[in-house]
Amino acid sequence: MVGGEFRKTLAVIVVAFVAMLIGPSLIDSYTLTVLIIYGMLALSLGLIWGYGGILCFGQAVFFGLGAYSYAIAATNIGESTVPFLLGIAIPFAFAFLLGAMMFYGRLSDVYLGVITLVVTLIFYKFVNSTAGPEYVIGNARLGGFNGIPGFQTLNVPGDPGAYIYDIDFYYFCGVALLVVYALVRWLLASPFGRVAVAIRENEQRVELMGYDVRFRKTVLFAVGGAIAGLSGTLFASWAEIVTPGMFSLAQSAEIIIWCIVGGLGTLVGPVVGAMALAYLKFLLGQQSLVDTTLVFGLILVLSVLFLPRGVVPTLGLLGRKRRGGGSSRRRAGRGRSGRGRRAMQEDAAKEGADV
Amino acid sequence: MSSVLETRGLTMRFGGVTAVDTVDFNLQRKELRCLIGPNGAGKSTFFKCLTGQLKPSDGQVFIDGAETTGWDPHQVARLGVGIKTQVPSVMDGLSVRENIWLAANRTHGREQARHRAADAIERLDLGTIANSEVGRLSHGERQRVELGIVIAGEPWLILLDEPAAGMTAEEVDRMADIIVDLNREAAIIIVEHDMQFIRSIARKVTVFSQGRILMEDDVDAVMQDQQVRDVYLGKKA
Ligand SMILES: Nc1ncnc2c1ncn2[C@@H]1O[C@H](COP(=O)(O)OP(=O)(O)OP(=O)(O)O)[C@@H](O)[C@H]1O
Ligand SMILES: [Mg+2]
Repeated sequence: MVGGEFRKTLAVIVVAFVAMLIGPSLIDSYTLTVLIIYGMLALSLGLIWGYGGILCFGQAVFFGLGAYSYAIAATNIGESTVPFLLGIAIPFAFAFLLGAMMFYGRLSDVYLGVITLVVTLIFYKFVNSTAGPEYVIGNARLGGFNGIPGFQTLNVPGDPGAYIYDIDFYYFCGVALLVVYALVRWLLASPFGRVAVAIRENEQRVELMGYDVRFRKTVLFAVGGAIAGLSGTLFASWAEIVTPGMFSLAQSAEIIIWCIVGGLGTLVGPVVGAMALAYLKFLLGQQSLVDTTLVFGLILVLSVLFLPRGVVPTLGLLGRKRRGGGSSRRRAGRGRSGRGRRAMQEDAAKEGADV
Repeated sequence: MSSVLETRGLTMRFGGVTAVDTVDFNLQRKELRCLIGPNGAGKSTFFKCLTGQLKPSDGQVFIDGAETTGWDPHQVARLGVGIKTQVPSVMDGLSVRENIWLAANRTHGREQARHRAADAIERLDLGTIANSEVGRLSHGERQRVELGIVIAGEPWLILLDEPAAGMTAEEVDRMADIIVDLNREAAIIIVEHDMQFIRSIARKVTVFSQGRILMEDDVDAVMQDQQVRDVYLGKKA
């Protein structure tokens, strides 16, 4: 089992690495870079939602927080190494505190959704309202709806003059995503990850086994926050500006859609979902014939109706069927569209579409 | 001082309903006790108060001399208390082996836990279904998986809420053997409705009725008691 997972992870990394090398000859690397960044953002929610059962409506908060932490620190410090680390550490710490509050407070899933939603709104409203000159952190003006432009973008550690940009930045982001993917795979295979999945399956039983569920959920949530923060940090360097829109509900909703369409209960699913949908959005943005929001709504509805497990797990199933795998032993009565998301994740995990 | 579990005036109210009513209960080390009583007598609620799943409205719980009133479930579990709940509480999407490994992994490293899980699987005769998803198993099998989870945690105090429910006669016999075997190491409280089953394993029986302890005595004395027959056996017969 463990050996099989390892091989699967390796295969994914090799394929993704090759795709990364080929990518720039098909789509320009500037666009590809942001697709990778969104992929990482989706991965962060795919981890805590798909494996931890924590549906967070505010994943964009950590994305924005990472970006703003980086931008503010980079404006003040110049050299990008410390800002880069802060862009991960601050969202991690904030997610840890927020998670601790929610999980130690024993909030139900519904309230968890509401709170994360409200936190998103608060950040959005607050950052939008910081246009005045009194909102400064060191040398950095928060700038309200104008955002923060003109900060030092990513450089080779120790050498502020050596910017990592263009195709180098593309490879940097690609490798970062692969490293994060490998680390998350490792985490999920570790006892910590296995207990996290057990909590998703049956929180009460895990508690009765003697595990401190609140603490473990808090840690997982914080790890998700850190990954989202990293993607925000990269986004800041890519866009060379950070704006309050990063904290928006629309951004949060988009992450959720990426995960649903790509497939929960896998890691590759959300990443692929994010890249495909973000690219589609980019293409749609270049025309004015059809409304982007409408198309996205349609895709979401169609995918929930016809591919309730998400694209990647479904492809995994098809592949297994073709190879004559035993996916026909599915229990009867587990219908497709009428079931909860959770059951689907379980199926995805069961059928080993677990990539 | 060999009392491993004690409650003093334990009370649990749900709005107007008093599910557990000033219960004073005592269990000796390595004792095997049966808890019986009609539906709604408060047996499961009593268990939940012991494990921390419910915070009692009143009264105290002592486990191994320490007061555990109001503790969280994981804290109580860490003392060495295992519970099999009335509705099997298992991880449906995971394999039997993973379910049991998780329980063993709480106190043992990855490899050690693997051995412990293998032991529990063998002890409960789950070998043929060890790699099956628990969600696909029959009720009786799930009951055994849950017992495996409990055993793998190596508790010295075990609470079993209707462990034989939904099992075939053969499975019930095997369950009785397992329980007697477990009792060599651990004190056990069993909630059961099956009198045959109770007779085959227990000596002392506590009868619950409307949240209170109606009687506490030897199996035979309890079976003979007219009051008990009225509230419980009479209805069944
Ligand atoms: N969470 C709850 N909220 C409200 N009332 C409850 C709750 N849990 C139990 N009760 C009530 O408390 C009483 C005792 O229930 P309990 O489940 O403890 O009985 P029991 O002895 O285990 O019965 P059974 O033999 O049917 O399992 C019942 O009247 C029940 O309706
Ligand atoms: Mg009960």
